[in-house]
Formats: sequence, structure tokens, C-alpha cells
Amino acid sequence: MNERIKRLREQSLRAKASVSLERAMLLTEFYDSGQAERVSVPVARALAFRYLLEHKEVCINPDELIVGERGPAPKATPTYPEICTHSLNDFEVLHNREKVSFQVPDDARKLQRDAIIPFWSGRSIRDRIFAEVDAEWRAAYQAGVFTEFQEQRAPGHTVLDDKIYQKGMLQFKDDIADSIAALDMYSDSNAIDKWEELTAMNISADALIAYAKRHAGKLRDLAEEESNSARKDELRQMTTICDRVPAEAPRNFHEALQYYWFVHLGVITELNTWDSFNPGRLDQHLLPFYRRDVESGVLTEEGARELLQAFWIKFNNQPAPPKVGVTAEESNTYTDFCLINLGGVKETGEDAANDLTYLILDVIEEMRLLQPSSMGQVSKKSPDRLLSRALDIIKTGYGQPSLFNTDAIVPELVRQGKSIIDARNGGASGCVEAGAFGKEAYILTGYFNLVKVLEITLHNGIDPRTGDEIGIRTGDPKAFESFDELYAAYEQQLRHFVDIKIKGNRIVERLWAKYLPAPFLSILINDCVANGKDYNDGGARYNTSYVQGVGTGSVTDCLSAIKYHVFDEKHFDMSTLLAALEANFEGADDLRRQLLDETPKYGNDEEYVDEILRAVFESYFGCIDGRPNTRGGHHRINLLPTTCHVYFGSVVGAMPDGRVSGEPVSEGISPVQGADRHGPTAVLKSAAKIDHLRTGGTLLNQKFTPQLLADETGLTKVAHLVRSYFKMDGHHIQFNVVTAKTLREAQKNPEKHRDLIVRVAGYSDYFVDLGRNLQDEIILRTEHWHS
Amino acid sequence: MRHSNTTNGNGGAVSGIIFDLKKFALHDGPGIRTTVFFKGCPLDCWWCHNPEARKPQIESLCLKRSLSESDDVSHGETVGRRVTVDELMVEIMKDEVFYDQSGGGVTFSGGEPLMQVEFLRELLLASRSRGLHTTVDTSGYAPAEAFDRIDCLVDLFYYDLKIIDEATHQKYTGMSNRLILENFERLCQNGNRVQVRIPMIPGITDTDDNLEDTVRFIKPLSVITEIALLPYNRFGEDKWERFGMVSRLGDVAVPPEEVILARAERLRACGYTVSVGG
Repeated sequence: MNERIKRLREQSLRAKASVSLERAMLLTEFYDSGQAERVSVPVARALAFRYLLEHKEVCINPDELIVGERGPAPKATPTYPEICTHSLNDFEVLHNREKVSFQVPDDARKLQRDAIIPFWSGRSIRDRIFAEVDAEWRAAYQAGVFTEFQEQRAPGHTVLDDKIYQKGMLQFKDDIADSIAALDMYSDSNAIDKWEELTAMNISADALIAYAKRHAGKLRDLAEEESNSARKDELRQMTTICDRVPAEAPRNFHEALQYYWFVHLGVITELNTWDSFNPGRLDQHLLPFYRRDVESGVLTEEGARELLQAFWIKFNNQPAPPKVGVTAEESNTYTDFCLINLGGVKETGEDAANDLTYLILDVIEEMRLLQPSSMGQVSKKSPDRLLSRALDIIKTGYGQPSLFNTDAIVPELVRQGKSIIDARNGGASGCVEAGAFGKEAYILTGYFNLVKVLEITLHNGIDPRTGDEIGIRTGDPKAFESFDELYAAYEQQLRHFVDIKIKGNRIVERLWAKYLPAPFLSILINDCVANGKDYNDGGARYNTSYVQGVGTGSVTDCLSAIKYHVFDEKHFDMSTLLAALEANFEGADDLRRQLLDETPKYGNDEEYVDEILRAVFESYFGCIDGRPNTRGGHHRINLLPTTCHVYFGSVVGAMPDGRVSGEPVSEGISPVQGADRHGPTAVLKSAAKIDHLRTGGTLLNQKFTPQLLADETGLTKVAHLVRSYFKMDGHHIQFNVVTAKTLREAQKNPEKHRDLIVRVAGYSDYFVDLGRNLQDEIILRTEHWHS
Repeated sequence: MRHSNTTNGNGGAVSGIIFDLKKFALHDGPGIRTTVFFKGCPLDCWWCHNPEARKPQIESLCLKRSLSESDDVSHGETVGRRVTVDELMVEIMKDEVFYDQSGGGVTFSGGEPLMQVEFLRELLLASRSRGLHTTVDTSGYAPAEAFDRIDCLVDLFYYDLKIIDEATHQKYTGMSNRLILENFERLCQNGNRVQVRIPMIPGITDTDDNLEDTVRFIKPLSVITEIALLPYNRFGEDKWERFGMVSRLGDVAVPPEEVILARAERLRACGYTVSVGG
């Protein structure tokens, strides 16, 4: 990387994350002014958006090529009090905690206390959600049976397609005007709502144009003042760019990147969408600009590389907004899950890898930044070069890019009812979630704790942690005479909690649709403009609600242990087992050893237990898939944990897989840590027994020491491993390439290993920023390193 | 035709003793492989990496397992298990998708697989009938007739040429190498694909003389094009210790990488394809 990029990168790495109340104050000013009360909710949201973009500080950092920050400075992170309002205690924790801290300026505390909290208390969507959900939901939520994403983050989870590279905001405004003109005020009973929504979109489009012009203005001033003539020229050129985009469609590579960046800032300023928005298939979208510019001589490969690197740094400058209700231990993450997709197939079905794919891979390798995340979409048509180049970067131990199977993603999406063209233009985002980019609102609604459900089943509806009866009475397990009876009880309990979750989802969805529409985001996602309907209200072409299952491996091993030891081999009875669990295996070492070492475990390609895995999958799928949501779409499942398997483990006592109370449950579809003993091929075979094509994404983590990938032979064989998994319809695989020794060293001397990035689960994070539990777990995860 | 290429009626019921099965084996032949380790070996090499595999019987060994620096515990471990061809083939075939993708297959190693030649032959027949690439990793110490029973069922031989000088071989392995060298020549003359494997034990196999002898020996055999140098590591030593056995090797230093690479270069200069580390 050149000197400029080195400086910008350093600056981004050095910048400390902080809380900025700029957005919160502006928003509160706006809503306090009474303007909001005179208009419809969508129009009020649009006016608020305009107010934010008119008044927020314009930040242009020295030497930059792509401009615009969400906050007043790099990593100055706004809060979203209309969604959730930080308490003063939250601020203290965020400020003081060791990991993933956010500096809170002194005046922010005062403003929060005197202005923000009083205004938003009871009006934030979080407060509204907790007021509306019923006691059953609250009890299950508090017990840790499931989580709810939308209590803190907006229903984002969408990715942009290629539309902004063809149209400027002015053209989108034309589309909006056409849609308004086509409204049938005489026979469409929703015409007024549509008119309000479309008007809101129109205001939002103008707001983004004006925001860019403010940047152009500042750039013009900076150009005037600049004494270095080269920089002066750059600043002038950037002025022209910001005068042009996003109002008009981009004409070249630089304009395309800057346009996207303004759109990105718009989306993440309007609301704190989860997961963060991203450009998606970047190597496809930018290719025409790249080719044209290089051909006409206005851009060199080096120039493109520099711009991409500058673009990468912009992502790294935007940490994920800090949560509320945080505990000191809970570190979560700075990463906001922007997942750049590379490779895959074109909409015609042909292989999509191109020159730019490899150029972007170079950028990823060189930048080594936490954000954005990146992935390679590998189809059977993808050249080996794509996979081996990706592995080449993976082996450096930075955890990126992860690998996805296009030949699974496309049929997954098609099964859900998307057109094959929309499916091929899609990909994966966030951790591993499949989506039709630019056309779908695929909202993660919360993690679901399968292990907790089994624990409650083993206590006949009672949560042993609290003694509260939060489930239904599915029978005293001591009276069960067969494994089938136990399994039926588990399935019944599962359905009960899924029902509660889905009922809650409907309430949450309606609250968002009613109180916090997203008119700006709605411009960007088909067919919100044509439908005159908001993204949060089912305006998109496809509307999916996901419930993410967690602990598949753990619950399978628990059931396997019961079936094997209690029913099949009769090594001990249910009472003995339950007593040992209650005692957290105190005084039951031998029994625990049997559970750990002499039980068929998932991840070893063993039919006895993998049969149970299939059942666990079918039950979960059967409970959720196809149930309608309130946005005209359906509920679907995926199997991924982010870091929630740690939290879910903390609320579950000792379990029949030999896991002691409080330990993390298994993550994604990976086997329980250390349970896989026959190497990676066995893990992949077991994992492939899940029907990936009926999910919207699964997450499989594999850890390799760098030696395995050190030579060409190792690299090629790992590539074959990936291809084989994908042949079996595996959705995704990611590799952690580190040695346990390095990790232990890092634990002892974190300051020396600040740069150590590991793959956690669907994303990479700084190892030293992870909590001790998660660190320990990553060290423990079986190392598939063969001497 | 000397051998039938199909399993006879009850071949699947033939059993043998193995001491390990390793999936995702990356250094035992082309592609992703499963390696089956036969128990029992006629040689007694000082540097043996699998001392627990020497005896042909299933045995109970006391294994020291270090739980922490201060706390050594011992526990009995049964080494070896009897399995039938059918049972083993089920396990081997589990990774078929990986073999197909990578051009891999199955490797029979040990111990010395030819010590259980009927078992080996049935496994090779069963593997062949399922289209698997087969590799046999052998010390070469077996009756010529044993090789005759299997050679046309093997796609690739990994053949150890440890020491060419007979007396030295006798000293460090407990056996004369005459049979080994004769079998080697015969295999080559019959047109089998054979890769030479030389364990690099400093001062024993890894000497100027031995390597020169080796080249002189293989030179007339035009089918030999590949040589693998297997650098000495302490992994075996550690095993001797854990099984409470006394290694006669003493304190041998792991040879520096550049020494091995220099050896490899010299062999390449003689026209061979040389890999290091299998």
C-alpha cells in the first residue's frame, strides 16, 4: 500500500471508538420542535432524516479520497435513542470496560441525563416492545430461550444490488413521482398511506443529495486553502464528484465508490440497521466502471487499488453502535457485519469471477482491517484460482475471507420463492444469511436456544435456574419408557416456545412498521417504491423473518447421550442422570466421563448420532418454516450463533453431553468443542447431514494451524475439502488459522497481540477483545492439524 | 491372469488387526486419503515412530499421559483391534466424496501391511471394486509370494529404502535387507509404480554413503522417478517414552532444514523428483 493509505489505515486503527451524541441531540431537537406531530409518521421520519443530514458535522479527514463519516469523526459512534436509550450506567460500562470500550465524553453524560433520557423514555421502540409483549414472551426471553434483535437494532439485514450504479437519486425521485402519479385515490384503500410513504421517500432522496452537496461545499473550501497543488487538484476532483453523486448516476470508478458511500451513510444514519448494510457483489457492480476507466486511461490498476483501499478504511471507521443494557463482561464487537461478496455467478448463471475479484482480494490481504468483512462465493463453475487465492489469504491467519457455496445459496433462495435471477444476483450477508440483494428484507428476529428447550423438557416445563414454570408440562422424564417419548416431549416443548417467539415477532414487526419506518432505505430496495410501502412494512419484493437456531451440536449430543446410556445400553437410569446434572456432576466424575468419552457425538460421521441431528433439524425446521409473518412473507430458519452461544450457555445448567453449568453451547453447526475426533472430513460429512438447502444459512467453523496450509499440497487438499463440502450442499465454511500456542500467548500478553484477528462465528474479531470464555473456547476448538 | 479382480464370496468376512485409521491423511499418497495402519512389523527400527505397532497381536500397553507438568498418570490402553474387511470398507467409504474430489483414496500402512497379506488382498480387492486409488506403504520385508498376491491390485507403492549396506541395516532394524532389495527390484521390473521413501535419521540413514548407495541401487530401475525424504522428528521418541519403552536411538538432533534440502537437491541432480516430508 502507498504512503497515503498507510497513513489513513494507521489513523483508522489508532482512532478510539467513542460515543457521539450528535445524532441523538439533533433527532431530539427535531422531535421536540413539534414538527413531527403535524405530519404522518413516515414523513416525520423523513424530515428527521433530512434534519440530521442538514445539521450533522461534515467530516473530511486529511488525505482522504472517499469522504463522509457517520459521526463527527472517525469511530465517533452515534446512538439511536428512538430505538433504545442508553442509561447512564450503560455509558459507565461502555466507557470503563476493558474490551470493546467506547469513550463517553463528559458532556455526553449530562446531555443524556437531561435531554435524551427524559424525552425518549417510554417512546423508544425498545420500551414499546417490552410494554406490548405478553408475560409468556417476557419469561422465555428472560430465561434465555430466545433473544430479540429488534429491541436494539433496526430490521435492516439487507444488501444493495446494482441499482445505484445505474440511477442517481434524481432518477429515483422520478420513479417515486411515477408511483405517486399512479396512485388510485378512488379505489385503493391504502392510497393515502402510500402517498405518505412515497412523499417520505422523496424527502429522503433530496436529503441525501443535499448532504453530498454539503461535502462538495467543504471540499471546495479545502481546495481553496490547500497549498499543495497535487492535493488541491484532488480536492477539486472530489468536489466535482460530490456535486454529481448521488444526485446523478456515477460515470466512473471513483464516483461509483463515493456514491455508494453516501448511500451507506444514509442507511446507517437513518436507523442502526442490523446487520449493517453493504454493497454486496462489489466485484460485479464496479467491473464496468473499472474496465471502462482502465481502457480510457483515466484509471490505472494502482489507482483502483488505492481507491478501494480508501473505501475499506471508511468501513473500518464505523464501529457497530454500542448496545444498551450491557454488562461489564459482555464485550460484543466493533464489527458491524458488512460482508463484501466476491465471485459467485452472474444472473445468467455463468461464473462471475473477474479481474476485479482478484484485485479486491489483494486489497483484503493488504488492508487486514476488522471491517468490512469479506467472503468468496464459490460455485462449481468458479475457477480453482478463486478458491486457492482465498485460501492463500486465509492462511495468513486473519480469518478472511470466509467461503460460501453459491450452489447452495441459489437453491436456498429459490426454494423460498425467489426468482432464479434474483437468487443468482444475491449472496450471503451478515454472518452467513442468504438473501436476494436489493430485493429482500430478510430480518433476523432472534437466536433460539435449543439446549435450553431440552433443559426445560428434562424438568417438565420448569426452568431449573429459577424454579419458574415457563414451559408446558410435557411429562416427568423419569417416567419416560423410551427415547421416542422423550423426543416427543422435546418437540412439544420446542413448538411451545417457537409459538411464543413467533407471536412476539408479529408484535415487534407491527411496532416497527408503525413507529419507525425507513423511507430512505425503502428507496433502495425493490419494490418499495413501486408498492408505495415501507421496507419495515413489507414493501420489499421478498420479506423473510429468520429465527436462528443455536446449539444444534449440543442438543444432538445431549439427546444421543440419553438415548445411548439411558435407553439403549441402560448404563444408568434417568434419575441418576438428572441427579448428576442437578449436582453439576459434583461427585459424578465417572458418569461425566462416560458422557464425555463414551457417547456417540455429532461431528464424527457416525449414523447413530447423526440420525438424531436430522431429527433435531426437522423438528426445528418444521416448527418455523413457512409460518407467515406480518409483512407478507414467511418465517424461515438458519443455524448461526454470532457470539450468542456463549450467552445461551451461561443460562443453561449441566447437560447430558457432559457440559458443566454455564459453559458455552456449540456454535453454528459446528460440533461441540472437542467432540469431533475423526478429523475434518468426518465433521463435514456430519454437518452435511443437515439439509442446508432448506435453511437460509448455516455456519461451520473449522480451525487449522498454519502448517496445514503452508505448502501447495496442503493448500490444494484443503481446497478439495471445501469443494467436497460444497458438493454435499454445505452452505458455508470458515477457517481459523492459528496455533493454540499463539492464542495462549495472546491471552497472557494481549498487548503484544492486538493485531491478532480470529474468526469467531460468522465474523472476525480481535482476539484480545474477546471475553475470556470465548478466548478459551477458541483455543479448545479441535485443531485439525496433522503432523 | 494371476488374480481375480473381484471379491470372492466371503472375502468381506476376512479379518485382520489394525491399530489405527486416520482420515484426511494428506501425506500418504495423492489427494485426500484414509490410511489404515496394520498392526505387526517384522523390523525393529531404532527410530520407529509406531513402536506400539510392532507386535502383531492386540496388546494392552501402559500409556503415560501427562495431565499437567507435575501430575503424570498412567492408564492402560488396548492397542490394536480386529476388524473385518466389510467393517473397514464401511469406514473407508465414508470419505468417498473427498476421494472423488481430490483424486485420493486409501492407503494401507503399518506396521507392515504385507504381514497380513490375505487381509490386505481382500481390502485391495474391495477397494478396487469400489474404484478407489490404492497405496500400500511397505517396508518391503515380506516373502516374494506376498507381493505376488497383491501387486496388481496396488496403484502406488510407498517403499522404504532405509539402508543399503546389509550389515548396517541388520544393526539398526534387526533384519537383513536382502529380501527388501530383491522385492524392490522385482516390483520395479514388473512395472509397478513405486515411490522410494527414505527416513532421514542423522548418522544412520542420512549419510553420504547411504544416499550414494541408494542412488546406485535404484539407478538401473527406470520406473523409479520419485523419492520422498522423511526428515527425522521427535514425535516417535515421545511415543516410546509414553509407552514406557526404551529407545536405543539416544539423543539424535533433528536435522536442520537446509541439510535436508541440500540432500534433496543432490537427488534431484540425479534426475529424481524429490519431496520432503512425504
